[in-house]
Amino acid sequence: MSVVFTSLWQDGSQEQRNKLRFLLTASVLLLCLYVIWGDQIFIDNEWHESCSGRKMPVHNPATGDLLCEVEEADTEDVDKAVRSARTAFQLGSPWRCMDASDRGLLLNRLADLVERDRLRLATLEALDSGKIFLMAYFVDLMATVKTLRYYGGWADKVQGKTIPVDGEYFTYTRHEPIGVCGQIIPWNFPVMMFAWKIAPALCCGNTVIIKPAEQTPLTALHMACLIKEAGFPPGVVNVLPGYGPTAGNAIAHHMDIDKIAFTGSTAVGKLVQKAAGDSNLKRVTLELGGKNPNIVFADCDLEYAVEQAHSGLFFNQGQCCLAGSRVFVEDSIYEEFVCRSAEKARNKVLGNPLVPGVDQGPQIDQKQFDKILELIESGKREGATLECGGGPWDRNSLFIQPTVFSNVTDDMRIAKEEIFGPVQQIMRFHSVNEVIQRANATHYGLAAGVFTNDIDKALTVSSALQAGMVWVNCYNAMSTQCPFGGFKMSGNGRELGEYALQEYTEVKAVTIKISQKNS
Amino acid sequence: MLRHVLSRTLPRISGISNCQYSAAAIPVPSAQPEVHYNKVTVHQDAVSKRSFPTINPATGEVICQVAEADKADVNKAVKAAREAFRFGSPWRRMDASDRGLLLTRLADAIERDTAYLAELETLDNGKPYAVSYSVDVPMVVKCLRYCAGWADKWEGKTIPIDGDFFCYTRHEPIGVCGQIILWNFPLLMQAWKLGPALATGNTVVMKVAEQTPLTALYVASLIKEVGFPPGVVNILPGMGPSAGSAIASHMDVDKVAFTGSTEVGHLIQQASGSSNLKKVTLELGGKSPNIIMSDANMAEAVEQSHFALFFNQGQCCCAGSRTYVQDTIYDEFMERSVERAKSRVVGDPFSMKTEQGPQVDEEQFKKILGYISSGKREGAKLMCGGGVAADRGYFIQPTIFGDVQDGMTIAREEIFGPVMQILKFKTLEEVVERANDTKYGLAAAVFTKDIDKAHYISSGRRAGTVWINCYNVFGAQAPFGGYKYSGNGRELGEYGLDNYTEVKTVTIKVPQKNS
Repeated sequence: MSVVFTSLWQDGSQEQRNKLRFLLTASVLLLCLYVIWGDQIFIDNEWHESCSGRKMPVHNPATGDLLCEVEEADTEDVDKAVRSARTAFQLGSPWRCMDASDRGLLLNRLADLVERDRLRLATLEALDSGKIFLMAYFVDLMATVKTLRYYGGWADKVQGKTIPVDGEYFTYTRHEPIGVCGQIIPWNFPVMMFAWKIAPALCCGNTVIIKPAEQTPLTALHMACLIKEAGFPPGVVNVLPGYGPTAGNAIAHHMDIDKIAFTGSTAVGKLVQKAAGDSNLKRVTLELGGKNPNIVFADCDLEYAVEQAHSGLFFNQGQCCLAGSRVFVEDSIYEEFVCRSAEKARNKVLGNPLVPGVDQGPQIDQKQFDKILELIESGKREGATLECGGGPWDRNSLFIQPTVFSNVTDDMRIAKEEIFGPVQQIMRFHSVNEVIQRANATHYGLAAGVFTNDIDKALTVSSALQAGMVWVNCYNAMSTQCPFGGFKMSGNGRELGEYALQEYTEVKAVTIKISQKNS
Repeated sequence: MLRHVLSRTLPRISGISNCQYSAAAIPVPSAQPEVHYNKVTVHQDAVSKRSFPTINPATGEVICQVAEADKADVNKAVKAAREAFRFGSPWRRMDASDRGLLLTRLADAIERDTAYLAELETLDNGKPYAVSYSVDVPMVVKCLRYCAGWADKWEGKTIPIDGDFFCYTRHEPIGVCGQIILWNFPLLMQAWKLGPALATGNTVVMKVAEQTPLTALYVASLIKEVGFPPGVVNILPGMGPSAGSAIASHMDVDKVAFTGSTEVGHLIQQASGSSNLKKVTLELGGKSPNIIMSDANMAEAVEQSHFALFFNQGQCCCAGSRTYVQDTIYDEFMERSVERAKSRVVGDPFSMKTEQGPQVDEEQFKKILGYISSGKREGAKLMCGGGVAADRGYFIQPTIFGDVQDGMTIAREEIFGPVMQILKFKTLEEVVERANDTKYGLAAAVFTKDIDKAHYISSGRRAGTVWINCYNVFGAQAPFGGYKYSGNGRELGEYGLDNYTEVKTVTIKVPQKNS
């Protein structure tokens, strides 16, 4: 994805560069003028103050400035939202009686509105999360629009079956929505995660209570405005900015929420699963952490593999559950690979995410910043070779130098724990069987990459890796049509693609006694 | 709720069933819409240099001359379609989601021009404007939106075959598709054909009916406007024996889809056999039974049966043209049906009160009058109508025959006009047998409150579509097509995509297979 952007900026025609410049200028203008559309809790298509009266601060991680204060949802607000979502889901409600194709039309209208407000949303996203503006504009917003359109198309294609059961019966299945769905999303791709969550849920006819991350609530609240404008009935989508231990916890434990979908850390994923067990056995889907192997064989296109491995890790300041954070390189090309990777990392331009040419912004907050630095220190201590970077970029901000470690061994913390920052680990391997075994020796199983021109190696490794996504000769190649999710402790269930629909559907088998069956 | 919110509301499909329109919501039509497009492609005259007149069936007057495509034009169009389908072409390399987006944009453009398209459709075809506006065009929009959604969801499979292999299927487009459509729902048939063909990535050479070419040519301009690459859709007005025949027997057309009479369906299948064995799908005639059990809701059954036959001037392949009524309610049903037919408003299709316009042309008009004479001659009881309804144009009175016997011509042949046959039956088993005693198998309906009877008939009737306590309910999501002589293949729904797809099995040797 970042390749697209980089090549647009670096190799693009003058016209393309001018277009990018124009966008940036426009966004800065907007910055001066922009009004945050939503800073309250969105329930029943109305804006509410928090029941507790509390507000939470929202910061720009690039500068540390306070952007605004947002109403902070807690248990009582969750209760209120659940009541609204339950009412919207009642048998006979406008939402339940609506033609499936009209649900699809609403999602398409929402996509149109997101496209209309793309610049504003991308600006807001860059301000709130510190991600590179052009990435937000070209990657995050594009994916958001495509996801909404894609599920708009599914709405009237979620088909049950008629089933040839034994005996004098006629049996069919209805694919019904599950009901009220709680959704909790992280801060690394705020608006895209919002779309990934609401689109399949709404497509199947559910109602939603979504909690955006406390660090990045602004685009979600803007989306709430657009949801109302598109014409979704009240109560169908409720957006509650708040903290995990309060609002998130209330959603996970709620007795009247039928399903919960969570994206975030594996540690919190466990809490969510437990909360479902402790309360009403709500259905649970989880998208959690990863420590993803990216395996580079000697027969690959080296320059391309270096580039892909680099963007596979450093994309979005390394804040991706998909980050290829264990790069296994075959020994005959190891030195060359490390050398080129370090050079790439050294050439990264850090700075204000709104400025063109900058390709790494700040980490999201102090907590993440400290954790990443602590892991970097552990790498040094445990004997990995620091090739470049290795510390903060600037004393008073949340930027971290692009960091590359070589001679990393499997037992080091930086090889086992999810760092979620711009820190690349490069390991050496000798044989196919060895690397498969080492790549799988983790409790995570989200994604993996393989670089080779040998079809046998590609197919052998891709079938042996325990991961929900395997990329061959590419990395981070995601699209809305393609399912996404993890093996093992990386999660439960799949998002995107047709597979996501079953996570938002209850199957009802209806069997009718008939007088005489015929084939 | 939604309907208030969305400014460009689509009426529910079931809304067509009672022929009740809220005139307030429909803009006043122009009865003389300007014709912008009458050339073979958007701006080109036919290679043949010939043209033919298209007639307003309400008056019998010529609307305009339309360029007439011939064999040479078909060759040219096939070349363009083949070029657009070339491996590596923009159309072949396009993301499936972008094909979907183009179809969505086409739907948006048609929705924008609803009023104009509805006027043109009514002018050229004679169907009431209120129907064109609130049934035909909205269904076109829905069909295209539906197919648009499929574009990036038409998934192949990976298959666990035996041995050390990796096996997957690719769903590839067939290639250049010839499509020949009818005049009874010109716009809608065009959408039914284009939607699945384009969603799956084919290119199209379409011949539209010579009676009703105008809306299709306008849609061609919209196809260009929304940005389909050149050659992907080619629309040719022309005659069946020349242009149609050239498509059916063309050696470089990979598939032909035809909607029309069973008689011509035979010719298409033959042409495929004697040329390049192109894939053939056919949507042909019907003589669909509509069975009214004595326990049915009488008012509802009368209204729906009336609608089942008289909708669109009776010019529907799925028309319920054999109404079987159980003996105990036969008399009352007959009386009420006659009363309903007599109240049917026949006249100027641009008037909002009109329920029935003219038949499409003189040939159909004469053919229908011929069937009415045969009905009288063979001893059916004429209950109402039976003649011409106006001094000019091709209007026919809503006609009902009672005491119709299964052997009569009007009970066996497709009339394609406003002529209803009512037959009497006693038992369930008897009516299913009689309903199936036809070479056709397109549609059927049953009206009953009894769940067992409903299931017995719906599984016993040999037909591609069965409606229970309703009729003519179409959704873009549900497949449509015929058993027996009524056709081959299915349109719409997920099933419709199969007919535009070649499945390719790719098998790769792997060193070691694991589950």
